[in-house]
Amino acid sequence: MDALILSRLQFAANISFHILFPTITIALGWVLLFFKLRYNATGDAAWMRAYFFWVKVFALSFALGVVSGVTMSFQFGTNWPGFMEAVGNIAGPLLAYEVLTAFFLEAVFLGIMLFGFRRVSNRVHTLATFLVAFGTTLSAFWILALNSWMQTPAGFEMRDGVAFPVDWWAIVFNPSFPYRLVHMLLASGLTVSFLIAGLSALRFLAGDRSESMWKALRTGVFTGAALIPVQIFVGDMHGLNTLEHQPQKVAAMEANWETRGNVPLVLFAWPDEEARENRFEIAVPNGASLILRHSLDGVVPGLNDYVGEHPPVAPVFWGFRIMVGVGLAMLALSWTTSWFLWRRAEIPRLLAYAYAPMAFSGWVATLAGWYTTEIGRQPWLVTGVLRTEDAVGPVAASNVAFTLAVYVLLYVVLMIVYLGVLTHLALKAAKEGDQSPLPGVEDRALAQPMAGE
Amino acid sequence: MTLDWPTLLPLIFAGLMGVAILVYVVLDGFDLGIGILFAASDAHEKDTMIAAIGPFWDANETWLVLAVGLLLVAFPVAHGVILTALYIPVFVLLVGLILRGVAFDFRAKVPVHRKKRWDALFCIGSLAASLSQGYMLGVYVLGLETGLPAIGFGLLVALCLAASYAAMGAAWLIYKTEGDLQRKAVRFLRSALVFTAVGMVAVSLATPFASPRIFEKWFTWPEIALLAPLPIVTGAAFLGLWLLTFRMPAPGDRHAITPFLTLAAIFALGFAGLAYSFYPFVVPDRLTIWEAAAATESLAIILAGTAVVLPVMIGASFYVYRVFSGKAGDLSYD
Repeated sequence: MDALILSRLQFAANISFHILFPTITIALGWVLLFFKLRYNATGDAAWMRAYFFWVKVFALSFALGVVSGVTMSFQFGTNWPGFMEAVGNIAGPLLAYEVLTAFFLEAVFLGIMLFGFRRVSNRVHTLATFLVAFGTTLSAFWILALNSWMQTPAGFEMRDGVAFPVDWWAIVFNPSFPYRLVHMLLASGLTVSFLIAGLSALRFLAGDRSESMWKALRTGVFTGAALIPVQIFVGDMHGLNTLEHQPQKVAAMEANWETRGNVPLVLFAWPDEEARENRFEIAVPNGASLILRHSLDGVVPGLNDYVGEHPPVAPVFWGFRIMVGVGLAMLALSWTTSWFLWRRAEIPRLLAYAYAPMAFSGWVATLAGWYTTEIGRQPWLVTGVLRTEDAVGPVAASNVAFTLAVYVLLYVVLMIVYLGVLTHLALKAAKEGDQSPLPGVEDRALAQPMAGE
Repeated sequence: MTLDWPTLLPLIFAGLMGVAILVYVVLDGFDLGIGILFAASDAHEKDTMIAAIGPFWDANETWLVLAVGLLLVAFPVAHGVILTALYIPVFVLLVGLILRGVAFDFRAKVPVHRKKRWDALFCIGSLAASLSQGYMLGVYVLGLETGLPAIGFGLLVALCLAASYAAMGAAWLIYKTEGDLQRKAVRFLRSALVFTAVGMVAVSLATPFASPRIFEKWFTWPEIALLAPLPIVTGAAFLGLWLLTFRMPAPGDRHAITPFLTLAAIFALGFAGLAYSFYPFVVPDRLTIWEAAAATESLAIILAGTAVVLPVMIGASFYVYRVFSGKAGDLSYD
């Protein structure tokens, strides 16, 4: 393998690992603020217990997000110097604003949020929680502005092969940005909803019937149930936006080889790029035309219009289907469970068994969606401006292969430990129920790293 | 030199980047150093040492992202040249930072019998990150050379920078702890100071002798007279700190923060010397800051944001350090 494909794999490995943790922290910050505000309003200690349990998950996820994010900021230079040389004038300020406004806001106030509950007033602590949540969301704003600009660039001009900014408003609010931002923020909300409900279901199955478990479970299930229909609607709008600006990506998502009307919705197929056709196809007649053009004979762009200029079909096709499939499973599970929680104030064991493994379903859908859109942008790094192959650096393939192998090994180990620690924390909390001492309420330190932990 | 924006902006950003690197080295220096000192401390001391850096390390590390970010956004061409040349050391740095970052959190949350493992990884990660930074400094000073002498020199600087981070860590412990651990930290500081001094002398001698241009800048009249205070003050600071360690901890815990501030000043002086040597180059003898700079309109919009955000964030950082001032107890989420 050459340095290009290895560098691409390395970037994919790094950013895939990285995005998992911001996906949690963006929405979990707001959930923590919600727990805190409920505690402030009701004085019910169960809200604070829920807060202290989930703030540990937040701290852990934040740390993994920080360290893998540092890696990202170096990757541009070590593997993709051509990217900043060509579009640095635009990518630079967007990244700079991300670091300046968002990252600092998070990192500086995180200390107070995590360790300052009894060192500052309750009001300042709530404010710090808000600033951290606000900071993570602002982070997402700038990063998605840059990513969307790479998908649908606007507001710039080319001089001697280098992009120069012309209109910053057009650069930030480029055509796909609003859709992508909302889609990602909702994805974060869903990921966290299912994580909270899933781990709470695990505690339920371990025999935990504490008030803090119920509060977290209800928060997770109801939030998930409320967000998933919105996400399906926003996702559809995002798809129509992609159809307008990146039709070749939609053609690959639908595995539609020819531009025509009455295009079926392919449910299952093995796209064969050699033969330029689908094998083992199962399809709903006229489905794609109906969804994308809202009429049975609507013309859907096909891959034949973009020979040599379209992304690899199979990963985009499958990424999209996995994302949609997980979304539908989320819809079914969260609505069924909501009904039971609402009408019976109870969760059947069977549903708890279904929810526990869905704790990380948000990750699967988020990654599948990102693969769809990022692989769907190929062969371009910046659509119409810079090809991926032109941005790779002069590092030897053997060096990249070595670093890639170590990163992958490291990430696999860290992922196993992360999942293990989360399970450990959930089971420990289940065993203690609401018996553990509550910091701040009882005047005794919750000695965190001490021997009993 | 005309004073218009295309001339001034790259200069301003070079200055900002320098400040960010210096602040990073001082701040993350002490928490990396504490990681290195993990090698010589027992389980209870480790908990106290972690508590001494707990609320700060996230923000400290963010300065590295800011420094590299400024290099990336303000000098995109230099970012590519420097980081591709330092591919493997950068990789070691990143793996080190990942290991210590996650170990910091995992050690307190895994079942207790696995805690030792993460303590070891915290130490190894901190050490690897410090060594790789030193190595990169050494190679950069020699103009990104790749020969065997450059590697040897890189390794020497690596050891010395790790030792000076250990000194920073020890100085921070003197400030944040008391009793046995504080006395131990004083001994750590004294030993680490020796290596710090060796490293600074090595870099100071290597820089002019590796580049005739830098030699010119230092050893000609009247520059040599104007610059003389720099090494003299640095030497005096070293000597003062060395003598101080024999009188610490002082009754009533006086001067507890003096070692840390003195070391920070020594770092700043050394850094000023380096900056003077390399100006106006961002890649030694290859790319000046103006050749490597991004477009003026891009720099202008970043500067606008920086001018508003940075002072606020520095203020907020001071607030956080004040909230968590005093001796470190047990770290807890409350």
